Amino acid sequence: MPTPEHGDANAVRIGVYICHCGTNIAGTVDVHAVAEHAGTLPGVVVAREYKYMCSDPGQELIKADIREHRLDRIVVASCSPHLHEKTFRGAVADGGVNPFHFQMVNIREHVSWVHPDKRAGTEKADALVRAAVSRVRHHKPLETRRVPVRSDVLVVGGGIAGIHAALTLADAGKHVTLVEREPTIGGHMAMFDKTFPTLDCAACILTPKMTAVKAHPNITLWAYAEVQAVSGYVGNFTVTVKRKPRYVRDDVCVGCQECIDACVYKVGKEPDAFNLGMSKRKPIYLPFPQAVPQVVTIDPESCIEFKSGKCKKTCVEACADRHAIDFTQQERIETIEVGTILLTTGFKVFDAKRLPSYGYGTYPNVYTALEVERLLNASGPTAGEMVLRDGRTPRTVGIIHCIGSRDEHTNKHCSRVCCMYALKLAHLVQERTGAEVYDFYIDMRTPGKGFEEFYNRVAEEGVHFIRGKVADVYPTAEQDGRLILQAEDTLLGNVRRIPVDMVILAVGLEAQADAEDVRRTFNITCGTGGWFTERHPKLAPVATFTDGVWIAGACQGPKDIPDTVAQAGAAAGEALALINAGHIELEPNTAYIVAADCSGCKTCVPMCPYKAIGFDAEQGKAAINEVLCKGCGTCVSVCPSGSARQNLFEDDEIYAEIGGVLAHA
Amino acid sequence: MTAKPKIAFYWCASCGGCEEAVVDLAEQVLDVVAAVDIVFWPCAMDFKRHDVEAMADGSIAATFVNGAVRTTEQEEMAHLLRRKSRVLVAFGACSQLGGIPGLANLSDTASVLATAYRTSPSTVNPDGVLPQRHTVDGGHALGLPGLYETVRTLDQVTDVDYYLPGCAPTPKLIAAAVQALLTGALPAKGSVLAPDIALCDECARKASKPDALALAAFKRPSEVVLNEEECLLAQGVLCMGPATRGGCEAACVQGNMPCTGCSGPTSRVRDQGAKALSGFASLVASNDAAEIERITGAIADPVGTLYRYALPASLLRRRRVAVS
Repeated sequence: MPTPEHGDANAVRIGVYICHCGTNIAGTVDVHAVAEHAGTLPGVVVAREYKYMCSDPGQELIKADIREHRLDRIVVASCSPHLHEKTFRGAVADGGVNPFHFQMVNIREHVSWVHPDKRAGTEKADALVRAAVSRVRHHKPLETRRVPVRSDVLVVGGGIAGIHAALTLADAGKHVTLVEREPTIGGHMAMFDKTFPTLDCAACILTPKMTAVKAHPNITLWAYAEVQAVSGYVGNFTVTVKRKPRYVRDDVCVGCQECIDACVYKVGKEPDAFNLGMSKRKPIYLPFPQAVPQVVTIDPESCIEFKSGKCKKTCVEACADRHAIDFTQQERIETIEVGTILLTTGFKVFDAKRLPSYGYGTYPNVYTALEVERLLNASGPTAGEMVLRDGRTPRTVGIIHCIGSRDEHTNKHCSRVCCMYALKLAHLVQERTGAEVYDFYIDMRTPGKGFEEFYNRVAEEGVHFIRGKVADVYPTAEQDGRLILQAEDTLLGNVRRIPVDMVILAVGLEAQADAEDVRRTFNITCGTGGWFTERHPKLAPVATFTDGVWIAGACQGPKDIPDTVAQAGAAAGEALALINAGHIELEPNTAYIVAADCSGCKTCVPMCPYKAIGFDAEQGKAAINEVLCKGCGTCVSVCPSGSARQNLFEDDEIYAEIGGVLAHA
Repeated sequence: MTAKPKIAFYWCASCGGCEEAVVDLAEQVLDVVAAVDIVFWPCAMDFKRHDVEAMADGSIAATFVNGAVRTTEQEEMAHLLRRKSRVLVAFGACSQLGGIPGLANLSDTASVLATAYRTSPSTVNPDGVLPQRHTVDGGHALGLPGLYETVRTLDQVTDVDYYLPGCAPTPKLIAAAVQALLTGALPAKGSVLAPDIALCDECARKASKPDALALAAFKRPSEVVLNEEECLLAQGVLCMGPATRGGCEAACVQGNMPCTGCSGPTSRVRDQGAKALSGFASLVASNDAAEIERITGAIADPVGTLYRYALPASLLRRRRVAVS
């Protein structure tokens, strides 16, 4: 009997298991034939098919065969390793064989789900099983590594998702650093007037949570800051954060705003971003009254002191003994160590100028929904008075759905919240102004708790619903500022032309413009629209493919506030589970450099994306820090002398695998 | 009869440099001659093929074959010498890897012949005569060996025991190999009789290579005045050293010219050119596709640079040609 644990590649005893996955695989692959084929391959002692390999009896089958047939290598052909590699490695280990003397073949996602032809699918499954069988004989016994998990957490993005996640984690006793790039937390929710369908005042439910963040002893809030770089790995990330200068000391400013009153500018001249440019702010400002932190910010682009150095600095006088204003403040780079990271970076609103036929930016009476939120809001540019730019109160208002959503030319996705917020705005506009409201929708999508009821309520309140996509928005012949909305009413079957005083565009949600940069920084993945990709759409909706990094809220895809909060709680919970476990097991698929073989050419050193390779100048050799290595294989592929190698991806394993695929049955 | 071990030398498709390399042993060659009995060396001594055929199988202690295999005669000789020899050594880059003649695998036989016999600037052949396998001249039937479409390494033709790398192998490596043969202190069959570590390890300029090298331009040695002490890659010249087995003591670099890869890859690499390509590609100082194109576009004759000696030994072995 050979000693299989020491890798006598010629005398291995392999067991092969083909999973039916119910009909998921067996419906398209002749699993019986694949098992039969596997039984003919060199080294294979047992080859079986079974309905559900991942089930307890399926795993028991492996363990029993290991005992009975003295197996020392196991191949399971079933689903994606993402789903059950751990399960089967566990079964193999329970059977007394090194868990890495195992190879998984994906004949579901890679075969049965993508090939309709049973004969061709079966041939492909045969080839993949051959590859695994010929590779697994070369597997070396490996061990997983345990590393401790730091309990500190980084939350990126201070909207409602980040706020909720940070509070959940902080309440559990974990220290959280919350990084927000704007001068205040609150995100989009802080800009809303009311929330659907309950018509809760957004600020009333949000601002207590914002102040709780600021007051929480376990939360370090860095607003006006951005994450620059992340290194390390799950449990042990090193994060550098750039803290932008406010030119106001956040440890001293109390938010009294006397400096703002005292500014030499008597009135604001800069477009106020928080009010979407519909009002003006001074060079020294607080984004909105309930901003958190309550620290003012100086905009150096418009501040006279920064532009000319000759300002009277009345703000400094007003601040008096506090000395909070500091024109010499510099950008600060902070480095923190955290174990887990939650990304809650939110969304951006579709730019309505991209669809010129709706007249946004051309006709002053065309507004985006978010602008109307600000107009309706008591702290908005009109102090909550619903008036047009010329001061008139609109008597007729048209709302157009699906702007930048469900559209071949802009975004194919449904933005999910627009129907409901459009109904909310219809209700609020009618309530505040008594205007006739015409709501142009394609399909009314109200699949949430209390949503359909809210739609019925708004319909009963007299809002006119027109099922039809608005094709054009153009001024009336009278040139009286009114606009005609032209649409085919698909229920009536005729073309409607409705003149209105005001048009509200229900703009969709898009991924943040810099989602790609953020994705790179945190080493996660994005879908085509820039939405961050979850690890599994059903079973891991807030995890990512990077261990230790979670996503929550609208950065993952459009969603409303309750779903966002639910995800934030879920992500916080998953992070807590990891923190409480205290350690993680790292895959042993790391690279290593054989010192005796390394010529010291340094080709690999700058290639490592994780900075895991160091160069020992004294020895003249490169060396990999195993703990930092993520097993990406870059160094292995660039090493010109084949001296960088990788566990589970050794050359002989890969060549054997290729040989197996290409070998004719 | 002498009790001295019998040694043979043979050349296939090669330039004769490997024969020179034996002579380059200088006074050491006398020690070799004193220790062995040279029974076959067409370049230097008058033996014929039938002399070898007359020898008993396995009667030659070791045969050193240089040159790649591209003709029927070379293949026949390779098999014959294998049969007669206890140890067969692939001597030099052409025999080990295919060498310079192996670059013919980028072309087909017809084009090779057309270039050599018709279109090359120095050719005078008004009738466009090409070599014929059989011809009759003055009543005598004459024959030439056939030319294969693909140039092969010696071990693609017959079983090889050891390899002596280099174009040509250095006297030091040859002497060490002969010594090992005479004393029987040989490594495992299939070994290359040279250090199994890339050239940088023994390069005097190694320390001058920066930790993170990034190049905005690749230059040919003729385009730049080369510093004699700095790493040549750091000067933008494609030096194959990182992808090439050491043992030559970086002779070319000592002459202020880049390594061209003649010693082939280390034992851990199956395709020298592909590995060199990965390594060089990693040096390109840009992430922009057009800029990368511009930088790598400056590499003249990439196959001839990366696979100068090892095309027949590579995974692909040759360029695909249309089979007529």
